[in-house]
Amino acid sequence: MRHLSLLRISVAVIASFYLVAIAAEFFAPYGFAVSDREHTNCPPTRIHVVDESGHWHLRPFVYRYVELPGELESYQEVRSQRYPLEFFIQGAKYKFANILSGRRHLFGVASPASIFIFGTDEYGRDQLSRFIYGARISLIVGTLAAAVALFIGLGVGALCGTFGGWVDVVIMRFTELFMALPWLYLLLAVRAILPLRTSASVSLLILLSVVALVGWAKPARLFRGVILSAQELDFVVAASVIGGGKWYVFRRHVLPQTGSLLLTQAALLIPQFVIAEVTLSFLGLGVGEPIPSWGSILAPLARYESLALHWWLVLPVCAVVPLFFSYHEVTSILQRDDIPPMM
Amino acid sequence: MHADLIHINRVSLKTEPALAKSWKVSADGKIITIKLREGLRFSDGQPFDADDVVFSFRVYQDEKIHSPQRDLLTINGKPIAVERVDTYTVRFTLPDTYAAGERIFDSVAMLPRHKLEKSLADGTLAKQWALNAAPSDIAGLGPFRFRPYVPGQQIALERNPFYWKQDKSGVRLPYLSELDFLFVANEDAQLLRFESGDTDVLSPMSASSYAILKNSANSSPNVCLNDLGASLEFNFLDFNLNDVSSKNLPDVQRKQTWFGDVRFRKAVSSAIDRDALVRLVYGGRATPLWEHVTPADKAWINTSLPRPARSLDQARKILKDAGYSWDGDGNLKDPKGTPVSFTIAVSVSSQPRSKIATLVQQDLGDLGMNVQVVPLEFRALLDRVFNTFDYDAAVLALTSGDADPTSEMNIWLSSGATHVWHLNEASPATPWEAEIDRLMNQQMTTVAYKKRKALYDRVQEIEQQNLPFISLVSPNVLFAAKKNLGNVQPAIIEPYALAGVDQTYFYEKGANSCQ
Repeated sequence: MRHLSLLRISVAVIASFYLVAIAAEFFAPYGFAVSDREHTNCPPTRIHVVDESGHWHLRPFVYRYVELPGELESYQEVRSQRYPLEFFIQGAKYKFANILSGRRHLFGVASPASIFIFGTDEYGRDQLSRFIYGARISLIVGTLAAAVALFIGLGVGALCGTFGGWVDVVIMRFTELFMALPWLYLLLAVRAILPLRTSASVSLLILLSVVALVGWAKPARLFRGVILSAQELDFVVAASVIGGGKWYVFRRHVLPQTGSLLLTQAALLIPQFVIAEVTLSFLGLGVGEPIPSWGSILAPLARYESLALHWWLVLPVCAVVPLFFSYHEVTSILQRDDIPPMM
Repeated sequence: MHADLIHINRVSLKTEPALAKSWKVSADGKIITIKLREGLRFSDGQPFDADDVVFSFRVYQDEKIHSPQRDLLTINGKPIAVERVDTYTVRFTLPDTYAAGERIFDSVAMLPRHKLEKSLADGTLAKQWALNAAPSDIAGLGPFRFRPYVPGQQIALERNPFYWKQDKSGVRLPYLSELDFLFVANEDAQLLRFESGDTDVLSPMSASSYAILKNSANSSPNVCLNDLGASLEFNFLDFNLNDVSSKNLPDVQRKQTWFGDVRFRKAVSSAIDRDALVRLVYGGRATPLWEHVTPADKAWINTSLPRPARSLDQARKILKDAGYSWDGDGNLKDPKGTPVSFTIAVSVSSQPRSKIATLVQQDLGDLGMNVQVVPLEFRALLDRVFNTFDYDAAVLALTSGDADPTSEMNIWLSSGATHVWHLNEASPATPWEAEIDRLMNQQMTTVAYKKRKALYDRVQEIEQQNLPFISLVSPNVLFAAKKNLGNVQPAIIEPYALAGVDQTYFYEKGANSCQ
């Protein structure tokens, strides 16, 4: 049962990513657009447990960072005062989903010190906070786009599977044509014909539909196959023979057969679509600044300067690895034959 | 490749004789008589004389050629008359007094009559020196000439054995026997080619490349970094003040009630943290600007103008006096109660300007303005700014070709082709634009420097009072060269590090030129 515990761990990792994304205001120590011009391109804040005089402290602490005089973007810790790491600290005010307002953040340090676990970007914005807020855009777009694509796929698959004949032939040739197109160029082309200057919510919607529009074809084919073979199953045939209406049989007996496929496809498509969103935002076609998405956070990495001077900009990449690894585990476990269909 | 009659020394920014041995300007400044050096030869060995000069000007002034020099060689709509006096003397008659005088001859390359006369006559001149032309078909008077090369990869030059300049000990220049320009797609790739040793000079160079090379100075000790100080480039925030009544752009027209108010522009200028732009965009290697003339233009900058630091309070006060107000969340509203929200367009290909736009967005956000940055492909941006006028504001940059006010006529005249904030004005749209027109035309035909300076000072003053655009920052001229490259005489105007390339040489082992 090793793979079952692995599955549980993976699901827990995925769930925690979603939780953090949903409650970003609480988990992020700073706002995503808060720019600290005194700390641009600041490396990750070091967390200490031993102070200058060699004393150990149970509570980790940080020092304040100041720019070296005359040297731009070179920082030094001011060791004269410790700033202990605090949990559930009072910080900047936020409004959650426009209803709940609060000031508590999961962790932070008292000002004037600041804590930048992932360092800051070129505008002095906390990379970790932007990563957490960015998860919201990337995961929402990825997940919703997967839901839309699966819905379209299921609909088209059911249409072809049930009706068959020329409907099936025409629609399937069309989806094959769709699948043959290189998806990245298709994404770019679809994005290019849509307006560039849009408000954040509109561009989010555009992003979502572009990704879903490009991704529905493959699941449609799979659903068609499953529905076709489900119709041949003995108990389905029996249900029709004893007088079950076409719609009743489809709903009661055929559709449930697609359940496990739906689950594996979701686990497969969501990370794929998250990456699609990241790609679009990386290329500057996502939600505009200053709203972060994982793609726009990674965009500076396209420049040699970032790799040569600001290594911490790579940290968000490392942070998403567990998420994608977990999704991969979930898909591969779901595809095994030796686990019961309903876990 | 090519050479001019009279050259502006890129370091002193003063004129010096080049192909011309000497010249005389008549008292009224209208007649310039040029004596050519004798015995000069083109790179193919053919002699150069007054006929080539007359021919070259005929080419540049020919309407069918569409040469970019044509505007420069036309004063108040009338062309300069050129006539041959004898084999080595040419007389230029200007239609009007021209203050910049002999400076107009700079960068006007002399062309070989023996190669081009036929194609000028049959109208194929434009095609004659296209990219596929054989190197032997091209002849010039500059220090280098073409050698066969692979099109699309590089411009390959070799020493011109007939170049006229000699050094003090009589050695014929240039010292270098070959000079190649590589076509490299982007800045990062340029830097990588330089770091890997494929190139010896990296010029011009961005502030981020400078920071990277400086950071790796210990690992690559044979690189010499140079910061020449302010350039003649100025970055500015341009508001769309064009007449869009015939263009069906109701949204832009509505926003122009804000942009058109000088108090609005003053508040914006006051809210922008220019020091932060210098620090964050250029790593300190730039100069903040409060008007378009940069400190590099020492002879013409009006140093008496105020340079106020960022003041949000001042900006708020100006807006309040103009009838603007703020709602409970701090959003700015115009006198009619409409929230102030606009976009700033910027070219995606320019990393520094994108960053400037984002910082300006943050600065104006502090003022309660809801600003969106729209990155556009460079040509799409130019199309919006110069043709369709479908934009709110844009971060742009202009570079003066010469440290002389006359080179800016196209920007300042209300009819000018680069009058970016309001193009195609039939007559000056505002009294102060009319005043600038008058001053600029007057300085162009005034000879005495002091009088011209006073006129141009006044132009700068009017500019600062009315802010047709908001000057932001001028980047420094930066370049990197290998340490064994000697006698590099860089300049703050094009071609930067190669300004003295005819006298550049490689040191023998060990020596270095880096100060």
